[in-house]
Amino acid sequence: MAAVQTRSERALNRVAIAAVLIITLLFLAPIYWITSTAFKPRNLATTIPPTVIFEPEISPFVKLFTKRSQLRAAPEPDDYAAAPWWERLVFDGGEKVVRSGRGDVQLSGYPNRFMNSLIVAITSTVLAVSMGTFTAYGFSRFKMKGEADLLFFILSTRMLPPVVVAIPMFLMYRAVGLNDTHWGLIILYTAFNLSFSVWLMKGFIDEIPKEYEEAALVDGYTRLEAFFKIVLPEAATGIAATAVFCFITAWNEYAFALIMTNRRAQTAPPFIPSQVGSGLPDWTVIAAGTFLFLLPVAIFTFLLRNHLLRGMSFGAIRK
Amino acid sequence: MTQIELRGIEKHFGAVQVIKNLNLAIADNEFIVLLGQSGCGKTTTLRAIAGLETIDEGDILIDGRPVQHIKASHRDIAFVFQSFSLYPHMTVFENIAFPLRATRGNRADIEREVQAVAKTLQITHLLAKRPSALSGGDMQRVAIGRALVRRPKAMLMDEPIGALDAKLREEMRAEIKRLHIKQGSTTIYVTHDQVEAMSLADRIVVMHEGVLQQVGTPHEVYARPANMFVAQFVGSPVMNMAEVTVSEDMGHARVLVRGAPTAFDFPSSLTAQLAAAGAENGNLTLGVRPEGVLVSREAREGFVPVEAHIIEPLGSHDIIDLQVGAQMLRARTKSGFVPRPGEAVWARINPAQAHFFDSSAGTSFGISL
Repeated sequence: MAAVQTRSERALNRVAIAAVLIITLLFLAPIYWITSTAFKPRNLATTIPPTVIFEPEISPFVKLFTKRSQLRAAPEPDDYAAAPWWERLVFDGGEKVVRSGRGDVQLSGYPNRFMNSLIVAITSTVLAVSMGTFTAYGFSRFKMKGEADLLFFILSTRMLPPVVVAIPMFLMYRAVGLNDTHWGLIILYTAFNLSFSVWLMKGFIDEIPKEYEEAALVDGYTRLEAFFKIVLPEAATGIAATAVFCFITAWNEYAFALIMTNRRAQTAPPFIPSQVGSGLPDWTVIAAGTFLFLLPVAIFTFLLRNHLLRGMSFGAIRK
Repeated sequence: MTQIELRGIEKHFGAVQVIKNLNLAIADNEFIVLLGQSGCGKTTTLRAIAGLETIDEGDILIDGRPVQHIKASHRDIAFVFQSFSLYPHMTVFENIAFPLRATRGNRADIEREVQAVAKTLQITHLLAKRPSALSGGDMQRVAIGRALVRRPKAMLMDEPIGALDAKLREEMRAEIKRLHIKQGSTTIYVTHDQVEAMSLADRIVVMHEGVLQQVGTPHEVYARPANMFVAQFVGSPVMNMAEVTVSEDMGHARVLVRGAPTAFDFPSSLTAQLAAAGAENGNLTLGVRPEGVLVSREAREGFVPVEAHIIEPLGSHDIIDLQVGAQMLRARTKSGFVPRPGEAVWARINPAQAHFFDSSAGTSFGISL
């Protein structure tokens, strides 16, 4: 390991490190832009050159969650004094929070869309991963006729570009009343992720030695018990990795969500850009929406990071 | 009290027949070793008894009851895998407790049983560890503990120490034997290592290409091999084999190794015995283990002059290759008995240790002199 580096090798190494740093910064730039804009005052959001140093504000997030309307004149001093801190932030931006006749704050479309995204992504991930794990176990442990063909068929469901099937799917969904429903999107995303889940999980389950289950079988357990007590814990790493990928796909999906949903079940991805088009866009609000949209995937991946690193099961079987 | 009986077992993997008409009766408390090369069907036989493999034909009886259609989990048999197969996500304690939890015994009982087994195997200090933190020998102890804890009807072991290094293997061999004497459960043990088989078994079952070759105590298998395969598979260095012709001359039987100038002297009764067994010259093979080849450094009555070709000093003894005609005959002598290769020495075959086989069929004529 401790080979001596020559001068030229060291120089090359530095160039490589510099290149990696530059590429990393390039990739991080949009994330930085979104994050910083989400906390900017509105007037600094579109300056040229971009404002880098500013006092961060929370007002974009308040605006993101509330329904607002333009103020013609400055608010009444009494109204301003009576308003809670977050409502004053909206007043400061020359807008007011829309309230119902009974004085309740009207929410914007965003929180609802965000919840829809969570419901659809989590449910379809759970379904795709659990069905995928069972299917993969079957493929991995039992001999069957046409196994390779079946696996290829499962993979082939992934081969058509979504755009090709979008219109027929829309018509089918409308015919059975699944358009603009949570279940509609959940079924779609589950079907879409299932092939991926089966293939990935098969790889992980193939790596779990059969002897583990056989030991459980002779020790008095049924195959199903062996599956739950031995295979599942051993496959935890694979399940976590598969779940992360399925979740990301379902969370980020745009095309089908745009076509299949419009109000009740609409998810965040088609909603956020739709806000750009309405009048003069408030980029800080759009950035705040995008920033919040980034968080679940980041948190989910962070929580599962230990499972994503392999190594738990090393050294327990001798070959 | 567990007897296991195999009746007419047949098993195919596709077109390959891996077990051919296997019949075997195993007594209670017996330690049986299935011995053979890899691919001889010994592991498949073991897995079939455990219920991990189905059989095509025949009956497997445990205490007189056919079990071939009963699931592995209901056969009440423990299995120790070569890979140990300890669950990595469980501690040693949980691993050993795992079979007990299948029958949902209560917590205090499980705790007590696991502690008792751990004490027997001297692994109490390891109970909280995970398998990945254990040495090979300790993993194996835990695997045996997991098998023992349930007090199964029988213990099946598939090359349980095959993955360990030589020194540890020797230690564990002794430990398994000690444990068997103490616990006394019917045990079937699979190995390809004849030393392991000899040292552990009450009876050895030698298998070759799916066919049972011989069943007997280690002594029987060693001293009276049923055929040439068993004769050469058991014992190290392997038994010498040579095509011979037998003739009678002046009240002696003369056994001539093909191509050799001089014949070995045998008692005259040999010819009669061979004739009675139906042996014929031209289809006769002599087998003798190296310790059955007696070597003298001077000419003696009944000894034939030969040349010492290669000497392998093994510390406790030497193995010497003697040139007899075109054949090599390996002899076992005291350490340093023949100082240099190339020396002229005299050799004789101890008739009591000579075996005669049918060259084409391979079977022993069962001659004992």
